[in-house]
Amino acid sequence: MPDDTPRRPKPEKIRCDACPVMCYIADGKAGACDRYANHGGELVRLDPLTVIQSGARAVAFLHDDAQAQDWDGDVIQGDRTFVTAVGAGTTYPDYKPAPFIVSQDVEGVDMVTVVTEGIFSYCGVKVKIDTDRHIGHERAVVRVDGEAIGHVMTSEYGSKMLSLGGVEHLTGGSKKEGRVTCDALLRLCNRDAVEMQIDGGATLVVQAGKPPVINGAPEKLMRVGCGSATIGMFAKQWEGHVDEVIVVDDHITGVLTEHEAGKQLGMRPSGIRINGRRSTPGRYFQVAEPGTGWGGTDVDDPLTVLRPADPKNAWPGLRLLMVSTTGEQWAFFTLDEELQPQPADITPPLLKTCERIAENCEPSLCSVLFMGGAGGSLRAGVTENPVRLTHSVKDALTYVSCGGAEAYVWPGGGITFMADVMDMPTNSFGYVPTPALVAPIEFTLRAEDYAALGGHTEHVQPVDSVLNPEIRKVLPQGGPDPHTRQHHRWSHSRKGRK
Amino acid sequence: MTGPVAAILPGQRLHLQHGPIDLVIGADGDRDAAFAAATDRFQTVLEELVQELPLLRRPVGDAPAGLVAQRMHAACIPQAEGVTFVTPMAAVAGSVADEVLAAMVAAAPLTRAYVNNGGDIALYLGPGARFEIGLAGLDGIGLGRACVDADMAVRGVATSGAGGRSLSLGIADSVTVLAANAAAADVAATLIAGAVDLADHPEIRRVPASDVQDDSDLGDRPVVRAVGLLTPDEVARALAAGVAAARQMRQRGLIVGAALMLRGQARVVGDIAPRAVHDKQEEGILAHA
Repeated sequence: MPDDTPRRPKPEKIRCDACPVMCYIADGKAGACDRYANHGGELVRLDPLTVIQSGARAVAFLHDDAQAQDWDGDVIQGDRTFVTAVGAGTTYPDYKPAPFIVSQDVEGVDMVTVVTEGIFSYCGVKVKIDTDRHIGHERAVVRVDGEAIGHVMTSEYGSKMLSLGGVEHLTGGSKKEGRVTCDALLRLCNRDAVEMQIDGGATLVVQAGKPPVINGAPEKLMRVGCGSATIGMFAKQWEGHVDEVIVVDDHITGVLTEHEAGKQLGMRPSGIRINGRRSTPGRYFQVAEPGTGWGGTDVDDPLTVLRPADPKNAWPGLRLLMVSTTGEQWAFFTLDEELQPQPADITPPLLKTCERIAENCEPSLCSVLFMGGAGGSLRAGVTENPVRLTHSVKDALTYVSCGGAEAYVWPGGGITFMADVMDMPTNSFGYVPTPALVAPIEFTLRAEDYAALGGHTEHVQPVDSVLNPEIRKVLPQGGPDPHTRQHHRWSHSRKGRK
Repeated sequence: MTGPVAAILPGQRLHLQHGPIDLVIGADGDRDAAFAAATDRFQTVLEELVQELPLLRRPVGDAPAGLVAQRMHAACIPQAEGVTFVTPMAAVAGSVADEVLAAMVAAAPLTRAYVNNGGDIALYLGPGARFEIGLAGLDGIGLGRACVDADMAVRGVATSGAGGRSLSLGIADSVTVLAANAAAADVAATLIAGAVDLADHPEIRRVPASDVQDDSDLGDRPVVRAVGLLTPDEVARALAAGVAAARQMRQRGLIVGAALMLRGQARVVGDIAPRAVHDKQEEGILAHA
C-alpha cells in the first residue's frame, strides 16, 4: 500500500559515470551496483578508507591483533592517526585535487598528507625467494597460466630473485598476457598465493610472508652459508669426531681437510675426491647440476658427487660426514678395505653438528616488494606543478609512503618507489581493466612546503573531518611513522646535520 | 568510467564484473577456452543493454535489437499474457547468464558449466551430468539441495526476494525457481516473489519505487521497504498467494518448480520438491508449511 505521506521534494541527484549504466543516484543512496553512492552530492566509493592508528600502541589490550580490529574507541588518539590511501579512491585521469588532503598537527608542526590511490601501468613486483634450490636460470621466463609475467633475475645470498610485471607485460603483450599479469600482481600484492612456472625450471607457489613451495615441496630453511663458509663455521666442532666432511652446495662445495680451516687445525689430507671444478683448495664449483636436492644441487644420493678415493692418502676406516648447507640432509660413511664408503651409524656429537647447522638457518620466506612509478596525472592531484613534487621528494621535504608503509624512492628522475606489501594493510591493492594496478600512495610534508610547491591548499581539511565510524582501523605494521620528522630534511638541519 | 573486469577466483572460477553485473562462472571441460569465450562475450554486454535501456524499462512490447535484450523479451512475453505488469528488466540477470553461458558452450567442449549472475544461474549439462544446488536462507542457513540432472528440463535457477538488490512488490524472503533457462527462471521468481503478499496490511511499509531508485522500471508502483510482525496465519496466506501464481506458471509450462520461503515457512510447487529437500531437517521445515 503506498505511503500516504505527502511527497517531499526530491533531493538533488547526481549522475554516476563509473559505468555505462550512468545511474542517477539520490543523496544517501547507492547506484545499481552498490559500489558507488551519492554522499551529500558527491559520488563516493563504498570501499572503506583505511587509517593507521599508532597512538594506541601503548594501550595493553591492543597488542593483540584480533582484539585491535574490534576496538571501537577514539580513532584520532592524539596526533598519531595516519590516513592511508587504501580505499581513498582516485581522481585519475585528470587534474582534480587528490581525494584526501588532510592536515594534522604533529609535534607542533602543521603537516599535510596528500592521499590518493594511484593507477599504475608502470608497476610490478620484485620477489625474493629464500632458497638455494634451482628454480630456473637467470633470464628464464616466469609464467602463470602459460602467459609470460616476468623473469628470473639474479641469485642473491641464499635467495633467488624474480622480476614480475612491468609495463611490457601489462600492456605490451597480448590482451591475455596483460590480464594474467595484472591478476598475478594483484594477488601477490594482496598477499595471496600465486602458482607460477619457470621455463626450464621449477613450479613455484609464491606468497608474501610465507615459505616458497618449489615443485610441490615447501621450503623450510635458508642455508647457513655456502659450503665453504659452513666448513669455516663448524670445522672446530668437527675436529676429532670425523676424518673428512663434505658440505654439499650448488654454489661452493666445501671439503674440510683440504680447506684452509681444516689445514689450520692440522687435519690429515683424507684422499676423498669430489666432482666439480676446484676454485681454491677445499672449495669446488659445480659438483652436480642445479636442482632441488642437497644444497640446491640435483643430488639425492650424496655418493654421486664422490670420485674414487686417492689410495695414497685414504685409509680403511676413514670417517666421512656429508651434509647439506641447511643441515636438512646428512649421511655418515666409513671406508671399507677397498676404500669404498659404506653407510655407518652417525655418532651423537656429529649428529649434533648437523642439527646445529639447521638451527642456524633462518626460515625461508617469499618477500614481495611492490614497485611503481607515480606518473604525471597522479602528481597533478597533489600539485598544479607536478615536477615540483618530484623535486620535493628528492629534496627530502616530502615523504612518500605506500598504504602507510615505508617506500624506498629511487634516485634519478620521477617518483619510482618500492614498498614491502607485508608492511601495508591487507587488501591494499585493486586493479582496473587497463590493465593496471591500483595502489595507495601518500605524500606527507609540512603545510608551508605544500603551499610552496603549488599544492591544492584550498582543499586541505583537518584529519578528523575525514574520520567516521565506517573507517577501517589498522595497527601500524612495524615500519616508521610517515609523520616522523626524521624523514624530512628540515628536521635534520634543525639539529645541525646536513 | 570503468570497463568490464575479469579475475580468477579460488576454485578455478571466473569472475566478470561490469557496473552492476557480477558473474561467477565455473566450467568443466576445456575451461580456458570457455573462460576466454565468456570474457570475450562479456565485453559488450552492459553497453548493449544500456543502449536499449529506455525500451527495456517499459512494459513488454516491441522486440528489442540486442541479443541479451531479446532473451529478456522472449522470457517476459508469455508472462505478460497474464494480467501481470512486467518489464523485460525482470529477466535481465538471467538473460545475461544465459547469453554468456551460450557463448561458452559454443566455443568449447564442456561436460558441465554454470554462470551465476547474483543468484540467477544458467546451467549447461552434458550427457549424464548433474548439478547439486544448495538453497540457503538470508541468514545463510541451508534449506536443502536441489538436484538438476541432464535429463530434467531445467537449465536455469533463479532466486528473488527481500535479500536481492532489486526492489520487490511482495514480501517473500526468497523464491527460488527452476525453469528451462535462467531468463525464464528469473522473471518467474521475480513475479512469484511479488505475488507473495498481503493486501493493505498495516505492518507492511511501501514507498513508490521511484523514491528508492529514480531509474526503476517499476515507476511509482509501491515497493516493499519493511515488514513488521506477521502472524503464522498471515504468513501462510501470503505464501498461498505466491503458490497460486507459481502453480499457474507451472501449468502453462513456464517453470518446472518453485520453492517459496517466508518467515520460517516454506512452500514447494512442482518438481523441485522431492529432489530439492530430502534431509530430515528440511522435511521438518516443509512439515510446518
